[in-house]
Amino acid sequence: MVKSTSKDAQDLFRSLHSAYSATPTNLKIIDMYVVFAVFTALIQVAYMALVGSFPFNSFLSGVLSCVGTAVLAVCLRIQVNKENKEFKCKTIVTNLGGIVAMFVIAV
Amino acid sequence: MMARCLARFLVSLLALAICNAASVSHPISDSHRSAALDVFVPLDGSYKSLEEAYEALKSLEILGIDKKSDLSSGTCENVVKVLASPSSALKDVFYALSVNGILKCKTGEDVPKDIVSKLQAGAKDAKLLLDFYYSIRGLVLVKEQFSGTDLTLGDAEAIFRSVKALSQSDGRWRYSSNNAESSTFAAGLAFETLAGVISLAPSEIDQSLIQTVKTGILKLFDSIQKYDDGTFYFDGSEGPISTTASVIRGLTSFAASESTGLNLPGDKIVGLAKFFLGVGIPGDAKDFFNQIDALACLEDNRFSVPLILSLPSTVISLTKKEPLKVKVSTVLGSKAPALSVKLAEALNSKGSSVINNQELKFDADSATYFLDSFPKNFDVGKYTFVFEILLDESANEKGYITEAQTKVPIAATGAIGIENAEIAVLDSDVGSIESQKKLDLTKDGVVSLSANHLQKLRLSFQLTTPLGLVFKPHQAFLKLKHESQVEHIFLVKTYGKKAELVLDFLGLVEKLYYLSGKYEIQLTIGDASMENSLLSNIGHIELDLPERPEKAPLPPLHPTDPYSRYGPKSEISHIFRVPEKLPAKQLSLIFLGLIVLPFIAFLIGLTRLGVNIKSFPSSVGAATSALLFHGGIGAVLLLYVLFWLKLDLFTTLKALSLLGVFLLFVGHRTLSNLAAASNKLKSA
Repeated sequence: MVKSTSKDAQDLFRSLHSAYSATPTNLKIIDMYVVFAVFTALIQVAYMALVGSFPFNSFLSGVLSCVGTAVLAVCLRIQVNKENKEFKCKTIVTNLGGIVAMFVIAV
Repeated sequence: MMARCLARFLVSLLALAICNAASVSHPISDSHRSAALDVFVPLDGSYKSLEEAYEALKSLEILGIDKKSDLSSGTCENVVKVLASPSSALKDVFYALSVNGILKCKTGEDVPKDIVSKLQAGAKDAKLLLDFYYSIRGLVLVKEQFSGTDLTLGDAEAIFRSVKALSQSDGRWRYSSNNAESSTFAAGLAFETLAGVISLAPSEIDQSLIQTVKTGILKLFDSIQKYDDGTFYFDGSEGPISTTASVIRGLTSFAASESTGLNLPGDKIVGLAKFFLGVGIPGDAKDFFNQIDALACLEDNRFSVPLILSLPSTVISLTKKEPLKVKVSTVLGSKAPALSVKLAEALNSKGSSVINNQELKFDADSATYFLDSFPKNFDVGKYTFVFEILLDESANEKGYITEAQTKVPIAATGAIGIENAEIAVLDSDVGSIESQKKLDLTKDGVVSLSANHLQKLRLSFQLTTPLGLVFKPHQAFLKLKHESQVEHIFLVKTYGKKAELVLDFLGLVEKLYYLSGKYEIQLTIGDASMENSLLSNIGHIELDLPERPEKAPLPPLHPTDPYSRYGPKSEISHIFRVPEKLPAKQLSLIFLGLIVLPFIAFLIGLTRLGVNIKSFPSSVGAATSALLFHGGIGAVLLLYVLFWLKLDLFTTLKALSLLGVFLLFVGHRTLSNLAAASNKLKSA
């Protein structure tokens, strides 16, 4: 049983990986940015857990800025993704450049 | 400096006012003269200005101190320089002439003519009160010092009128016709100026003009202020001393001219004299000068010369049987004319009169009046003596004036008799005497008593005045001092005929800290009227008190050295908020490195994905706007870094808004370029 589950996991992982490589480069860039932001936030949480939350303001600002920028990047990814037709919300600008501009300003 | 002296002066005057309208003034004495040497003689022999030099030299001259030889050289140089120079100001010329009048420096021959023409021009063209004052008074000084100079004051009446135009209806004067602010000090200056005009005028000034000035003077006297002890003064923004002195100077010079015939209320003149004498010795040079100058004017003037009654000593000792001496003199201490002094009444502390209408005898050698016989019923205590001065007829011509009645507080002291002094130990409830000893309070006794906490200690004595009346002393204390230096003080109160103190040890055990043992007894009796006040060690008493219970207060361990409270106090250790525990520096640095890792991973990932900037526009216009756009974003990031490092939020937000607007324009341009390029690609 164990063997099958591990093989299933491996298969699952391989299929995910192959599907993922099909995504366009743009989206991959955005994904990497999100991962980077989240990792930074996690490291800060780990530091706080280790040392104590003395300058609590600093901890909050660090973590929340990382999380915020990750969220904005995710929004950008949603709007930019060509396959995401059901999420065709009536944005103010529909072209790619406008969406990017909105993201930049939000950041 | 003025404020400090004014404060000091007000404090001293307030002390005078509290003295309940009975006070003694003293004329100028030698202590004034020695203080004048300190105040007026500069250390290096030269004065800072001619005004200061004049004030100092005039004061020294009035007090009769001759320092001219020391001071004249430097000051004379200054005077000659000012008088010779054609461009000196009117004020400097005036003070130079004043100093010259005292020092009599050697000036050149042409000096008078130049000065006269300058001053005459000044008088004619003057618009301000001070200009009139300096020029007119300057001309008067020239007339006094340089005889034979031709001084004509062109149109004296016109000048008189123009000075008069600056007066106000309430008696005060303005400094100029433009400025509405008026002062009493200016009134004094104006009177001196007008007196100068009258003396320099070639013909008589119209009497009606002089009359209006006289009514103005009487109006000014309406605004005089007074203190409770009968002193009068004029108040103003320059301070009471300067203002009053200026008015007195003005009135004296105005009255000095023949045609004026000024009459001033006599009691106010005496009040003004007492005001200046009450100042004491001023510390400030200007106040000193004003005081001495005003007193010199009062000493010798045409309206009335005040006479001051003073007492060298206000204590009568009944044991020594010395007479009470009274001196009458002018304000500067010179001899008074023939007069007689009468003690109208002597009021004791209850208000009844003990002596009535006693004339004082005159001792010509020392020029004092004295009272040597006191009535039989003159007892110790505090009295108020009321003196009256009666001037002989010959003196009335000069116009001397004195206070109607001078009230002086006098203290009479004598030897107080102490009788029936005894100390006893009583059994409490019954009151029977266990042991009783008679005391001789003049000698230190070796009385030895013993008592326990159930008994009482009684001390009694009788004090009588020389006349046999009961005397209640101001201080009567009994002190019990334990071997361990702990002391207790009790008041001995006077009941009826005798003074008695009863110490009930039952109630006092707690106050005595339950300390049994040998206590020394000390009695103190004192009073201002008592010449034989005493402090005697009566003896000692053995007290047997019960044991100290747990909750009773401990006696003070070491008797506090009375001077130790002036030593340094114990150091205060401040407790600060404990700082938060910070992690080790290395740990923080490790995590700093760890934070940077994901960013590096992101960059590596980007390169792995094959990120490029190929679609960066190449044409010049588009390239610049794209560059600017990226540059602008980089600038925003830099601004964040600066904000973190040192800027505050407001400057950051301001810079950010500017950059944001810039970015908006440039970004829009870049995007439109991009859109145009992609459209071109699509169409092509």
